[in-house]
Amino acid sequence: MSATQDLLRVSGLSKSYAVPVLCDVGLDLHPGEIHVLVGENGAGKTTLARIIAGLTEADAGQMHLNGRPYAPTARAAAEQRGVRIVMQELNVIGTLTVAESIFIDRLPNRFGFIDRGRLHADAQELMARLRLDGIEPDRPVETLGVGQQQLVEVAAGLSRRCDLLILDEPTAALTATEVELLFTQLEALRDRGVGIIYISHRLEELRRIADRITVLRDGRVMGTRQARTTPMDAIIRMMVGRDLDEVQRPSERAPGRVALRVKNLWRGQSVRDVSFEVREGEILGFAGLMGSGRTETMRAIFGADRPDAGVVIVGDGDAAARIRSPRDAVRHGIALLTEDRKEQGLFLPLSVRVNISLARLEALAAFGWWIRSREESAVAQRLADALAVRCRSIEQPVVELSGGNQQKVVIARWVYRDCKVLLFDEPTRGIDIGAKLDIYRLLADQADQGKAIVVTSSDLIELFAICDRICVMSRGQLVSTFKRGEWTEDKVMEAAFSGHLGGDAGKGA
Amino acid sequence: MAGASSSRRSPERSAAVTEYVGMVLVVASLIAIFSLTAPNFLQLETFRMTANQIPEAIILAVGMTYVLIIAGIDLSVGSVLALSSAVLGVCLVRYQLPLPVAVAASLGAGLACGAVNGSLTVAWRLPSFIVTLGMLQAARGLTQIVTGQETQYFRPMIRGLTSISVLGLSLPFVIAVIITVLGQIVLRRTVFGRYMVAIGTNEEAARLSGIDPRRIKLVVFTFCGLLAAVAALAQSTRLGSATPTAGIGLELDAIAAVVIGGTSLMGGRGSVIRSVFGVIIIAILGRGLIQLGAEDPTKQLITGCVIVAAVIVDHYRRHSFRKARLPVEEPPPPLRQV
Repeated sequence: MSATQDLLRVSGLSKSYAVPVLCDVGLDLHPGEIHVLVGENGAGKTTLARIIAGLTEADAGQMHLNGRPYAPTARAAAEQRGVRIVMQELNVIGTLTVAESIFIDRLPNRFGFIDRGRLHADAQELMARLRLDGIEPDRPVETLGVGQQQLVEVAAGLSRRCDLLILDEPTAALTATEVELLFTQLEALRDRGVGIIYISHRLEELRRIADRITVLRDGRVMGTRQARTTPMDAIIRMMVGRDLDEVQRPSERAPGRVALRVKNLWRGQSVRDVSFEVREGEILGFAGLMGSGRTETMRAIFGADRPDAGVVIVGDGDAAARIRSPRDAVRHGIALLTEDRKEQGLFLPLSVRVNISLARLEALAAFGWWIRSREESAVAQRLADALAVRCRSIEQPVVELSGGNQQKVVIARWVYRDCKVLLFDEPTRGIDIGAKLDIYRLLADQADQGKAIVVTSSDLIELFAICDRICVMSRGQLVSTFKRGEWTEDKVMEAAFSGHLGGDAGKGA
Repeated sequence: MAGASSSRRSPERSAAVTEYVGMVLVVASLIAIFSLTAPNFLQLETFRMTANQIPEAIILAVGMTYVLIIAGIDLSVGSVLALSSAVLGVCLVRYQLPLPVAVAASLGAGLACGAVNGSLTVAWRLPSFIVTLGMLQAARGLTQIVTGQETQYFRPMIRGLTSISVLGLSLPFVIAVIITVLGQIVLRRTVFGRYMVAIGTNEEAARLSGIDPRRIKLVVFTFCGLLAAVAALAQSTRLGSATPTAGIGLELDAIAAVVIGGTSLMGGRGSVIRSVFGVIIIAILGRGLIQLGAEDPTKQLITGCVIVAAVIVDHYRRHSFRKARLPVEEPPPPLRQV
């Protein structure tokens, strides 16, 4: 049987939360192979990885590991069979030292007292083997940079028996040299016969390390290809489908008046002398690596964090807006859709109605005080319909909605608030492709109505489709701006990495 | 509102009605149990005495409900109550001030304590637990200083208050009812109430929606302090005196009542009316146990168990409620112009 030569064979795997996340997914992995899973945010990559690693159980389907049935019910069960995962979100305990984090589940001890000498010697040896000898084993993990923390986690994964290693977007926070270090490490593991599932949505990584590529879209496998022989644009087409063409912005657009001007904005190390302007009817994209300062820039403009210096001018006058809190920003007609909708955007147990009306509740209240319920319900219903929010009724708590519909609810709140300037930070993160397309159209609608829109995204293809101009940030600075037609993926990525060239000393040290 | 037909009544509101039904059933069954077991329980006198005793507990519970909804806590209400009645007593007895002035000074003292609680919590982003724990001590100390550790007797001087009665109900009882009704209306129907719920649910999201949580929090803590002073007036008119040790432990009774009423200590969820039911449940339980001949220790033991049991029951009730409403995915409606 072919199953004997495969390290892992997955077939018919399905999983649903509020919406189907995986449908009939099949995948096989050979020993000594780096198999890259690509797909948009929300394509189901992470869910698939979590099922293989025993963190989530599938609704249907089979898995075989080394020819034997494999259905882990917990992470520990997966690790027992030699399957390890390094997750997207850091999973470290900040107050532990590097050595303790690596050996956390089997600390060398004598009668329960930790044998520090042996612990550090073991850690040192392992780190040296992984060429991470720059990191001292007795440093608390929280004092390391995010990139180095990630490498420590990889080291922890590699320090144990491991036949199958899953890495879920491990490079998001890494600098170029750290990425290179990681890749060298992965190649060494592959040569030792470890099977590696590597999840990414960064296309430039595929060329570098993939043996085979499987494309997921909307929870389905679109195909598996040999990396060497498949051109990249074929992969991109499989990833995004043709749907994106529908929302492509027409290139000929008359820009309106200036709606927002930001001059020499500073905040700590993350926003350094950022200046730009956005016009009415324009969609301005912000690209950059994770940690490049996009989110921090949006938050500083909005007054969510107080900027150290800089001027924000609303409209095409000269008077600087005094924005010291989000409340001031909203009064000046600026809205911010936050990156983390659950923590910073939504009131999860409250109803769709309450979530939508909140930012402009006073307009629905007699004397700015007494809420006119029927009017409120009517407004919430109108917006929920207009944005195609899928809910049973507007009284349904938003916690019960899917990610995409939750995002639409937050957007509805700001659409109702009717701000002139909309700052959208990662508006499509982690939502399904259908909802994504809805949101693209919504952004285009809002722009056509004269709103000025700033949108950040880690997904370049998305920005290319919807933006009129794209600013690229790198290490806190706005390094270049491209007009539609000028940009290519290479140019943007080059700009995004430009702040990291000439030494990574600042990062993580 | 009133004009809405029953078909347009929001699920939220009908859920609220069923919640009250549950509380009424608990009260009714407590009365039934004690009527059967305690010989003299089912008498008008029992209810008159209970009604006479609970106004201050109700008033405190209203303020505490607000504070818990914004995810805070106020441990100082018992001490603030003592300080407010001490101010009343000293004004009347030592300085011989007219009653309205004394009442105003007393209310001012409570308001000030609440404002200090709120300001400290907001200005330094301190946990309200710590701030009000400090106030619990400080206000008690101040009470001792103000009264010179002596009980102030002023029954003759407050005739103006004790003589008022509406339909045979004492003034404190009437005030407690009014505060409850207004409290519930403000919570459910006004912008301020909605902001409170939003802040208690997710303060950061509220801030990023353009609400100023500091303002709301300051008002809520100040209001809670003011209500502690109102409760002090209610208690003083009943007792005719102000003792420096008044109100010790009342903050915990208030929290217990609010929690029995299903208000979440984590904020964002609560109902003034249900809190009042909580007060009534504790009061009836206490009265019934006394009539059964229970000693104080037994009473405390049982009350403690009831508090925890109530919260557990509430947990399961909400859990099953959630489960019964799994999301239903319908085909997406077509996207329309906004």
